[in-house]
Amino acid sequence: MKPSVDQNKIRIGADIGGTFTDIALSVGEIIYSAKVLTDQQAPENAVLDGVFKVTQQAGISLSDLDSIIHGTTLATNALIERRGAKTAFITTEGFRDVIEMRTENRFDQYDLNLKISPPLIPRQHRYPIRGRIDSEGRELQALDEYEVEKLVTKFSASNFESVAVGFIHSYLNSSHEMRAMEIIRSALPDLPISISAEVAPQMREYPRFSTVCANAYVRPRIERYLTRLEKLLKEEGAVCPAYVIHSAGGLISFETAKKFPVRLIESGPAGGVNFAAELSKKFGMRNVVSFDMGGTTAKICLIDDNVPETSREFEVARSHRFKKGSGMPILIPVIEMIEIGAGGGSISRVDDMGRLQIGPESAGSNPGPACYQQGGQNATVTDADVVLGKIDAGNFAGGTIQLSKSASVAAIECDVAGPLALDVITGAFGINEMVDENMTNATRVHAVESGKNITEYAMIAFGGAAPLHAARICEKLNIKQCLVPRGAGVGSAIGFLQTPFSYESVVSNVMSLEQFDADTVNHLLTELIEQAEGFVRMGTQAATSTEITAFMRYQGQGWEIPVLLPRRNFDLNDFSEMTRLFEESYKSYFGRTIDVLDDLEIEVVSWSVRVVTEQRAPEKLNFRAGTERLLQAEHRSVFESSSDKMMECKVYERESLLAGDRIAGLAIIVERETSTFVPRSFEAIIQDDGSILLINRFE
Amino acid sequence: MTASSDIQMQVMWYRLISVVEEQAMTLLRTAFSTSVREAGDLSAGVYTTDGRMLAQAVTGTPGHVNTMAESVRHFLNEIQRDEMYEGDCYVTNDPWKGTGHLHDITMVSPTFLNGEIIAFFACTAHVVDIGGRGFGADARSVYEEGLLIPILKFVDRGQVNRDLIKMIRYGVREPDKVVGDFYSLAACNEVGHQRLLEMLNETGYENLDELGEFIFSRSRNATVERIQSLIPEGMWANSTIVDGYDEPIKLVVEIKRVNREIVVDFSGTDSVSKWGINCPINYAKAYASYALKCIIAPEVPNNFASLEPFKITSPVNILNAQRPAPVALRHVLGHLIPDLVFGALAKVLPDLVPAEGAASLWNLHISVRPTSNGEIRQHEILMFNSGGTGARPSLDGLSATAFPSGVHTMPVEATEHTGPIVVWRKELRPDSGGDGRMRGGLGQVIEIAPKDGFEFDFSAMFDRVHHPAAGRNGGSPGAAGVVQLDDGTLLRQKGWQHVPEGRRLILKAPGGGGFGPSSERSEEARQLDQAAGYVTARED
Repeated sequence: MKPSVDQNKIRIGADIGGTFTDIALSVGEIIYSAKVLTDQQAPENAVLDGVFKVTQQAGISLSDLDSIIHGTTLATNALIERRGAKTAFITTEGFRDVIEMRTENRFDQYDLNLKISPPLIPRQHRYPIRGRIDSEGRELQALDEYEVEKLVTKFSASNFESVAVGFIHSYLNSSHEMRAMEIIRSALPDLPISISAEVAPQMREYPRFSTVCANAYVRPRIERYLTRLEKLLKEEGAVCPAYVIHSAGGLISFETAKKFPVRLIESGPAGGVNFAAELSKKFGMRNVVSFDMGGTTAKICLIDDNVPETSREFEVARSHRFKKGSGMPILIPVIEMIEIGAGGGSISRVDDMGRLQIGPESAGSNPGPACYQQGGQNATVTDADVVLGKIDAGNFAGGTIQLSKSASVAAIECDVAGPLALDVITGAFGINEMVDENMTNATRVHAVESGKNITEYAMIAFGGAAPLHAARICEKLNIKQCLVPRGAGVGSAIGFLQTPFSYESVVSNVMSLEQFDADTVNHLLTELIEQAEGFVRMGTQAATSTEITAFMRYQGQGWEIPVLLPRRNFDLNDFSEMTRLFEESYKSYFGRTIDVLDDLEIEVVSWSVRVVTEQRAPEKLNFRAGTERLLQAEHRSVFESSSDKMMECKVYERESLLAGDRIAGLAIIVERETSTFVPRSFEAIIQDDGSILLINRFE
Repeated sequence: MTASSDIQMQVMWYRLISVVEEQAMTLLRTAFSTSVREAGDLSAGVYTTDGRMLAQAVTGTPGHVNTMAESVRHFLNEIQRDEMYEGDCYVTNDPWKGTGHLHDITMVSPTFLNGEIIAFFACTAHVVDIGGRGFGADARSVYEEGLLIPILKFVDRGQVNRDLIKMIRYGVREPDKVVGDFYSLAACNEVGHQRLLEMLNETGYENLDELGEFIFSRSRNATVERIQSLIPEGMWANSTIVDGYDEPIKLVVEIKRVNREIVVDFSGTDSVSKWGINCPINYAKAYASYALKCIIAPEVPNNFASLEPFKITSPVNILNAQRPAPVALRHVLGHLIPDLVFGALAKVLPDLVPAEGAASLWNLHISVRPTSNGEIRQHEILMFNSGGTGARPSLDGLSATAFPSGVHTMPVEATEHTGPIVVWRKELRPDSGGDGRMRGGLGQVIEIAPKDGFEFDFSAMFDRVHHPAAGRNGGSPGAAGVVQLDDGTLLRQKGWQHVPEGRRLILKAPGGGGFGPSSERSEEARQLDQAAGYVTARED
């Protein structure tokens, strides 16, 4: 029996990002961390490099590790950069071009020179096959097995590395997809085959086909990478199990990840959300918005009662300035977060209309913001932070990178202040305000789409750039409290260490409540539970809990709302209970239920089961009120927005502060990986675990 | 204006756009008709107290947005200020006061702050049925096209107008869906109000006056600047022939730049048709100004002031049809207006204007019924499909993509759930893009059959069957559309027609025209076309 993660004491979290690979090692309660540059060619080398660093810090060897938890942007990047396998797509005759025709819409209404990304699998590699299932799951036309057999020769002759299969209505009846897979597999046993009924069994052919194609496309690459990493770790003495974090924030085995690599999309950010969820549990915070801002993007997620919002659809590889609709839809259980192009490296410019625009393009780490002096010329958010005094040019990232304030001034003068006829300070403030407003807007829209009132939330901020911007965003959103945890700079990797095993299975099965069929429901849920538990059991034998959700709507609507169901055997009378649960939920989203139509039916469209290992409850902490004491502080000049000028600001070393210390804004608390900005309207209180709690003083 | 209040205004402008986007998303998430929930045939926006559009949602289609921009003023004319209360919501589907046909329901609601109206929210969506003859070209007057709801209160001080609901329930074919959509329209304005009030509360403003002036002056100046830098003083004309119902229709346009304005006039266009393909002027205006905006100032957000420099006029004709002309299919000619306008603009901006495309959506409405006698209930199914867009000066056209309309297609799997039909094919149509230096976008082929035991009637609303999309600057025309049965029987491009059990309806949506001489198409592009099968035979 494999050991359960929960019993492990020495764990490593490894998060491969676009620029940095973050490593966090926990030995009991102590956490060691390291940041190394990501190796794009051989990502496993950077992981190993970082693992060596933290194990050396801790004075242990790889054989002492109890588990390794890994998150990676490799799947996402392979899709964005189109570096996947040569893939064939077998589909229903008459539907060869579904992934190319998309929804037949333009994502920008006014841009005549719109470019739509070509489909992942070109038309000549898409093979239509006769055979048809109808909208009730019945076979209308038999599968043409002879044509499938003929594909075998074609596939081996053309050196395809991967195959995707997607047939119409296969989410209702997968027999044709299964049969096609069997035929190909028996002739070409080494060719990986992904079928849509397994990868994403949901209605709407375009997103389902898009998902199975993406899975097949990244599969050989991820499979090879994970195999190499496993081998390397073993060679270096690691004997413990290794897991991968998936897009819904849980853990899966390397085996499952190799088969369903599309589930690794957003794997790193999902770990960050776990980090925030764990903290919310520790402090008993009921409604939390996690705010993770790095060099390129900001990720925002709502966490109610310590459980992150989840969704069943995600759009990856947006091609056009992160514009909604320009990417490909992926149907996977995913932590519902929004990611926007707002980070430290986001580039600012003034458009044709004299409007200040920030991002989504980022200077990244190469060439980097102007102040890095590595060739970057554009004014970025980091440059604005330098000019406004929020970042100390002489002490950035623990002094490892020497920043040039004059380069920031020059870039902002040239790109922003000059064109808008503003002084440099006002220009920098404009950049700050605009990027903060972008993130504020994204957060607000996200809350509304989830039926939530953001002012009832507290924020947890992490990622290199978040603690600098968090308080201002809280002001804009009318959020009163913000927590900046220890290790905020490598938050995602720390989050990996706290991740439970989990798996979510989803199936479409439309059922009107009028015709509520308890037997079918019980049967279907049992199957889903077995499937999800099966995946979890591949990694652990720890105790699990099970969450059942019905996605419901008024019959005739096209979008569902999630309704949580109890886990028990259903009987005929549950019709009225389900009606009540639905109406309650509907009201919270949209204000009023529809009460004028007596024959309007309520239906369930799909069912989901999430199995998750139960976590050891963290030690509970209460927020301290804190006391002010005389503290040594340095001073520097920082822009203060309510008085609209540069003012003297106290600067503290985070490590010198003690639990219970209370600091009134204007202040900056610096640490190796980030700095926390405390505006005049806030005060900061150091908590027992070293977290900084920011509280709005005027509320 | 100080520098920091300038930035404050910019921030609020962005916020306002996100407010209306939330409004539109609410409509999408709660709607019942596939035209709204799957295809996004809707729009949402916020207006000043005198009815000028401040901002529109990105989600939405131009035919709605720009007609709604005018519509709000009709509401203000008909409902007096002292009759307006908090919690009100007004409605109409009057083609001449709403968005051009009875199927579009427009709702307008006032936002109050401290007892004063500070803004109006408006939204529009296309419902699946509105009674009458159903969605088609065959009515001889608007009276036959269905239920006309004059401007009246749908919600009065929070109370839904139950008499109106009753009339709708007994007057339309799919009452649950239609009434459900009325509720989602009202809900979406509600969300708009709440977000706007929160925004004002947070920023400390009591109204939108200052922000409105900021938005309007920025947008107007930017648009006028683009007009003056791009287009010299002068006049350019174009005319085109399109299919019409039973006889071809001539559309004529004349475009002038006069000082700070662009004036578009449709004099010379054919007169009103006796079929329901006429276009009220509000809808013609919407697409004419959309076309101008795409060429001249695509980056300026769409609002009252960015549309103001575009003046559209017409004598009474098929593009300015008067009540009670039938107008159900006004979108067909409406969608063709951008190509008409582009043809004139190409004479002054030959390197900016794309070739003609399929333009009009290949929409069809299907009424399915069992072949056995006795059962009356029909299933109403609406499908939106797109042909290819015209090639651009430096890019190929987009295949099977809506332009100028901003809608989506419905997933086939969702469509098949709405009634007993089978869509056997919906894929690209090879060889349909007009050749040229840049190739036109491909059309698509659709095959639809009633399920065993059923037959259907469908309302055809297709164009470019007899008059394909022309190429530009030497490019070849796109392939013409085809409407037929699988036994080869050719069908008409407009009007209700029958498909018996056992037969398939085959639609071949047109391709877009090419741009530039075909001799200039690169060998590389040709090889790609061949490899993918976009082009199957090379003509030399």
